[in-house]
Amino acid sequence: MMNFFYNLTLYCDAPQPWGLYFQDSASPQMEALIELHDNIMFYLAIILFGVAWIMISIIRNYVSNKAPISNKYLNHGTLIELIWTITPALILILIAFPSFKLLYLMDEVTDPSLTVFVEGHQWYWSYQYPDFSNGDDEELEFDSYLVPESDLEEGALRMLEVDNRVILPELTHVRFIISSGDVIHSYACPALGIKCDAYPGRLNQISVLINREGSFFGQCSEICGILHSSMPIVIESISLEKFLFWLQEQ
Amino acid sequence: MSDDEERVTMPFKFVTGFDARFPNQNQTKHCWQNYVDYHKCILAKGEDFKPCRQFFIAYRSLCPASWTARWDDQRDAGNFPLRLDQ
Repeated sequence: MMNFFYNLTLYCDAPQPWGLYFQDSASPQMEALIELHDNIMFYLAIILFGVAWIMISIIRNYVSNKAPISNKYLNHGTLIELIWTITPALILILIAFPSFKLLYLMDEVTDPSLTVFVEGHQWYWSYQYPDFSNGDDEELEFDSYLVPESDLEEGALRMLEVDNRVILPELTHVRFIISSGDVIHSYACPALGIKCDAYPGRLNQISVLINREGSFFGQCSEICGILHSSMPIVIESISLEKFLFWLQEQ
Repeated sequence: MSDDEERVTMPFKFVTGFDARFPNQNQTKHCWQNYVDYHKCILAKGEDFKPCRQFFIAYRSLCPASWTARWDDQRDAGNFPLRLDQ
């Protein structure tokens, strides 16, 4: 009701109990991923029910007390075998093409406006904004640790909240450079459609355009040691003006 | 951050974008190549040579600070694994 009066939208940007579907998308990439998933699920449902219907009809119609010698005539049929071999192959091709198209589209880094360097550690993430470093020793960098349960504020999310959030401007092409300081980690944020492994000695890049304000939660997605579950990711998207103000404060 | 950088009015853009030599997700060599190019550039043309700055901006944006710090140390010690003067 409140939504109706105030014209607000409540977005789901964090994991929910029994969340069986995606979180609400906050980037074009995630929108495309959800679209692809929904399309495939549509045809999946048709195939599931079609095949189940065929199977059940066969069992019902050719059960031994109804058609006692059906096995004598039901040996092989070239046409039906051709159909049920070629049709799945075509369906797989039809799934593969949009899937590859999306995969390579997501790889593209479109003219980023700023870079964020992310480094995974056992067990926290550290961030640098290298574009805003001025001199040799002045760096905009911080570590982002889990807020322990005892320190949580009212309404904060358990095992998801961090002490230093990544602040990013909305509607800006951002390039993440992802690496690791020790073992393999994986940087992930479901609402933004990001998941990228962090390897020591290697720099992986991904591009993100966040299309609304909000706080987006993610977790390390590569088992990296005993506290793997205790290195969450929080990306906060704010307007460009607020972002510049935040930069100034740092 | 010092004051003069914050006050500059310019298009909101700090980094170099796509480089056809490094079209992949793996940007490790992209960082390295720009670091090498920058130091070759200033060695050949001097610190004040403007076009070198492009390499600097690129590697500053791509490379982790710890990597460049290590390479700087190696250059000072003379054991950087590449000759920058040729």
